[in-house]
Amino acid sequence: MTRIDTGAPESVLPTPSHTVGPFYGYALPFPGGEDIAPLGHPDTVTVHGYVYDGAGRPVPDALLEVWGADPEGRVPTADGSMRRDPASGGFLGRNGVEFTGFGRIRTDADGHWYVRTLRPGARGRGAPYLSLCVFARGLLTHLFTRVHFPDDASLLASDPLLSRLDADRRDTLVAGDEGAGTYRFDIRLQGEGETVFLEFP
Amino acid sequence: MTDALTQADIDREIAAAHAAYGKRVADGAPVEHHPRRDYRPYRSSVLRHPRQPLVAIDVSQDPELVELSSPAFGERDVTGTDNDLTRQHAGEPVGERVTVSGRLLDRDGRPVRGQLVEIWQANSAGRYAHRREQHDAPLDPHFTGVGRTLTDADGHYRFTTIRPGPYPWRNHVNAWRPAHIHFSVFGSAFTQRLVTQMYFPNDPLFAYDPILQSVTDDAARQRLVATYDHDLSVPEFSLGYHWDIVLDGPRATWTEEGR
Repeated sequence: MTRIDTGAPESVLPTPSHTVGPFYGYALPFPGGEDIAPLGHPDTVTVHGYVYDGAGRPVPDALLEVWGADPEGRVPTADGSMRRDPASGGFLGRNGVEFTGFGRIRTDADGHWYVRTLRPGARGRGAPYLSLCVFARGLLTHLFTRVHFPDDASLLASDPLLSRLDADRRDTLVAGDEGAGTYRFDIRLQGEGETVFLEFP
Repeated sequence: MTDALTQADIDREIAAAHAAYGKRVADGAPVEHHPRRDYRPYRSSVLRHPRQPLVAIDVSQDPELVELSSPAFGERDVTGTDNDLTRQHAGEPVGERVTVSGRLLDRDGRPVRGQLVEIWQANSAGRYAHRREQHDAPLDPHFTGVGRTLTDADGHYRFTTIRPGPYPWRNHVNAWRPAHIHFSVFGSAFTQRLVTQMYFPNDPLFAYDPILQSVTDDAARQRLVATYDHDLSVPEFSLGYHWDIVLDGPRATWTEEGR
């Protein structure tokens, strides 16, 4: 059953998702996971916020992954988001120059997270965004959402996804501008102000 | 709330969810390959699942979506000892050595090459090397329980590790998790991202565990269980388990090689 016969198409069915659980903290996060932008890059933005549950309490054991295009809208192809040291077997860190586009961040004890990355450029028909994937204890299948930037109202107005949402739901996908390249993006897993989550059928 | 919650209470809820799924399928609803996020027997899910329906993105309308590409990983992201969890410390870890191997495939059965496979697990006594872990079982100074590797040209991955022990948790009174290894894998699109758990065959705890039972479809749940594979056993060293992983994802990404 768990050896997949690729000659029989009906047997190629997906492996079910399962929760990340509470104890990934020593395994999945890596030092500098939230610092995606090459050092000193002028297009660097900081996005930060809190993750809340249905009771409005912060979620201290959520894990977020960020994936985005570079400022020209190109998808990064560089590897080395979590470089390893072949000599010691330990963690080496990003090389500070190449943009890999991928980050992994755990919320802190207050449910707070941040990422420093490059402001994404537009691709295709939509307004530019960062793709965000949310994992947590209690969440049996991860959730996708998007972080849009508030700067260009006309691009946001014509975005194929944003333009078909009610205004209050739409606003959950647009970060707040706090100045100096810093944006606020809270994630509400349930209840009032619940974040819009996406599926890709 | 959880103090008074017994295994019998959870068993009733699991049976009810299973029966409700069976009725849905009998009435013509599609097979559910993944757990529902609002699976009450797993109490931590109660406040952490969205109540609004997810918003569907028609990927065929825009092949440029960033979610249709995936982060890149390469040799710089792993080292030679990363896929042997028994060699990450100066001494030998305690427990039964196992070799776990299989293929990473997409829904068309094609190998997913050069992608990152990460694992983490408890030690042979059922304890994680995590500071907030409160299970009173011994830590193993020679076992951390973290591994990573890249899939090869045929989509194969392989780990050498120690069989993890079952452990108690606080979902309800007398809750025990079956032995399992956590897996985190990427596909050729970010939408194929998967975090899951691999179980060992014939574990007597399967029926009692609300996390495993959250996969209500019997055939789908079986796909989380590895098979013993004598050919993977290493003479005088380890027992072998085979576990293939199939990534879900939008049909539109499957026809786009190399994205």
